[in-house]
Amino acid sequence: MADPVPLPDLLSVPQGVPAAEVLVIAAHPALEQSRVNRRLLQAARALAATDGARVAVRDLYALYPDYVIDVPVEQAALSAARLVVWQHPIHWYSMPPLMKLWIDDVLAFGWAYGPEGRALRGKDLWLVASTGGPEDSYRPESYNRYFFDAFLPAYDQTAALCGLRFLPPLLLHGAHRASDAEIQGHATVYAQRLSSWPDWAEIEALPPCVECAVPAIARPAPGRTERAA
Amino acid sequence: MHVASWLLAGLVYLAAAVLAVPLARLLGLSSIVGYLVAGIVIGPWGVRFVTDAQAMLDFAEFGVVLMLFLVGLELEPDRLWALRRTIFGWGTVQTFGSALVMGVAAMALGADWRLALVAASGLALSSTAIGLGVLAERGLLNTTSGQSLLSVSLFQDVAALPLIALLPLLGSIGAGHAGGGWAGAVKAIAIIAIIILGGRLLLRPALRWIARTDSPEIFTAAALLLVVATATLMQVAGLSMALGAFLAGVLLADSEYRRELETDIEPFKGLLLGLFFIAVGMSIDFAVVIEQPLKIAGVVLAFLAIKAAVLWGMCRAMQIAPPERPVFVILLAQGGEFGFVVFQAAAQAGAIGAPAASFLVAAVALSMLLTPLLLVAADRWWTPLAARERRRPAVDELREPQNASVIIAGFGRYGQIVGRLLYANGVAPTVLDHDAEAIDALRRFGWRVYYGDATRLDLLRTAGAATARVFVLAIDDVDRSVEVAKLVQQHFPQLAIVARARNVEHYYRLWELGIRLIERETLDSALMSARSALETLGWEPHHARTLAMRFRRHNVEQLRAMAPHRQNEALLIAAAKQGRRQLEELFALEREQAARRRDRAGWSDLGEESLSLETKPAAREP
Repeated sequence: MADPVPLPDLLSVPQGVPAAEVLVIAAHPALEQSRVNRRLLQAARALAATDGARVAVRDLYALYPDYVIDVPVEQAALSAARLVVWQHPIHWYSMPPLMKLWIDDVLAFGWAYGPEGRALRGKDLWLVASTGGPEDSYRPESYNRYFFDAFLPAYDQTAALCGLRFLPPLLLHGAHRASDAEIQGHATVYAQRLSSWPDWAEIEALPPCVECAVPAIARPAPGRTERAA
Repeated sequence: MHVASWLLAGLVYLAAAVLAVPLARLLGLSSIVGYLVAGIVIGPWGVRFVTDAQAMLDFAEFGVVLMLFLVGLELEPDRLWALRRTIFGWGTVQTFGSALVMGVAAMALGADWRLALVAASGLALSSTAIGLGVLAERGLLNTTSGQSLLSVSLFQDVAALPLIALLPLLGSIGAGHAGGGWAGAVKAIAIIAIIILGGRLLLRPALRWIARTDSPEIFTAAALLLVVATATLMQVAGLSMALGAFLAGVLLADSEYRRELETDIEPFKGLLLGLFFIAVGMSIDFAVVIEQPLKIAGVVLAFLAIKAAVLWGMCRAMQIAPPERPVFVILLAQGGEFGFVVFQAAAQAGAIGAPAASFLVAAVALSMLLTPLLLVAADRWWTPLAARERRRPAVDELREPQNASVIIAGFGRYGQIVGRLLYANGVAPTVLDHDAEAIDALRRFGWRVYYGDATRLDLLRTAGAATARVFVLAIDDVDRSVEVAKLVQQHFPQLAIVARARNVEHYYRLWELGIRLIERETLDSALMSARSALETLGWEPHHARTLAMRFRRHNVEQLRAMAPHRQNEALLIAAAKQGRRQLEELFALEREQAARRRDRAGWSDLGEESLSLETKPAAREP
């Protein structure tokens, strides 16, 4: 019999995962063209560099350019965190595709939600997003036709289903035309908030977390083998 | 007890071959040397197990016939037709050119004109058996030099026949034996026509019919019969058996039975060819050699030198790449088995004396013995030299200093793809390659490629290695690749090396140097094929893609984890097995999870009736 082989065990908890209480999940599909998110990422990275146990940054498009997400690593990072930050631009009234894939793959049934899915319970989720259009375009009479809040329920409910508390988002509208000073100011606010969490005034005012349970009738019938719609 | 003589002969030949060939290989020599030496040892000048070398040579000549049949099988009619210029043009130049120079030299040294003529024409021929044997051994049959060598050999086979037929005219005994002039020519043409027509029209249906009987030994018998029958026909016409077999092979080259015929004939060819070389070894008349050692050495060296000079000129004119030249020159410079026939026929016809004939036969045999040794010498001293001096004048070496941010070393299949993506994005790399022929071709396609050996420090400097940021190491030769990597790391530490690995071994060698941006050249294309296979079996394309990507990640992680243990084979094997098992487990686990996800029920403790959110509005109150 050969000696035990020093292989990475794919089935066990992965090594070398950032363990920080504030975990920034950043996603921008074209960071080289970004004005706002690049600055925000720099600000978060600066914090991570000074105190790695406080802030960790995961730039999804840099980590997974081929869209193959390492689920165990991501889940381990989430488990260690207490505040999860989703930092991304709003594209087509929603999140970039890799961010959505990350949610699909990482927030797995039986882990993030479902009968035994309690890994994220009690943590906070904070959306930090930017829109190209100015704030007043998100009006019934303007070209975006809806108030921006109308695009947030999916985030809110995703958080709720996983038992995450959805903190009030930090938004920057009109990113195309924002001046350098405005963006710099926004990044400063971002960094301050990352540092000061959980001592935010508005957290006091938040309602208690919503509990969601899903009835069996909404699930695929037991024993079915074909893929659910 | 009496032992049948054929059994004893078989015992001697097989034992000699089985002992001598592995010994020769062990010494790093060609197996042909092994056979030749075995022949000398068991022949009349060694331990005298066998004394009748001539009879053996006649029999073993069939090995050459089989070999030409196999060569023919590899050469479709179209390709043969494309070679016609080389065959008749360069074949004529080699055969008559060498013969002329040797003849004039012999007469200048005072030889009788008839002796000079016979010796020159006999020595101008080369050994097809050794030539093609060496080419096959080195995998050179399909190179320019290989095809040229084959062409010249074919021409010699054709040319030897009229030569042998004409010899009696030179003799004092008189003509009348030459196969009957016009009648002979007509017969020869008729037989070749029969072979070509028969091969086209009859052979395939016949083979199909035989194959349908589904008994492999009958197919083998049919294959042998085919060659024997062709050879017999040719001999009846007074033509070269080998040439006939070659024709038959060409006619079957595009048939569906080509591979089967090859596998069936191959072992017979191998053994008979070995026997042939043994017979050549036996036929060296050492009495002549011992009598006039200096004279024979002089003749051998002189005729090799003259032929080599002619061939060298041909190489340049035919544009054979310098590294392939030594093989081409040495293989065609040696004497050949047709030489034996020429000298014997000449002696019989009385054109030359018997001592002269056996002297010349010994000279030819010695040259055949020398050939493999010369090849070894060429490999050792000539090839490295040629590699360094490869056709400098045709393409200029890189001279003006470059300042691109990327240097690509090696612009073959791999480097080109890297380069094209870079170019397409406005990055113009400095490209180095050391294959002058390839550079010529690439330049015709509009690439700016410099001739340069990346193992040379001065050249790397000129290429801008001191200021570039990325060095793409796409050289296909593993040793050179590692050598260049070391050089670059040592002298240009700021350069990020992006390396191509030919295989895992190469990967690890680069890894040990600290290089991390390494890709195995076949991994990704193989995974794409695996995806195609899965998709064809019914996997959804995206699922197949995900599995392939996951496999890739696992495979690379495992490779890297094993890097420190790469010397430990047992561990590597165990790791490979464990890795395979892990991956199977992982995929199985995921399938199971997916099934559970599909089958999941609701998850509240509260019972199904009170589960909807609407029943708990109070939760939303502050």
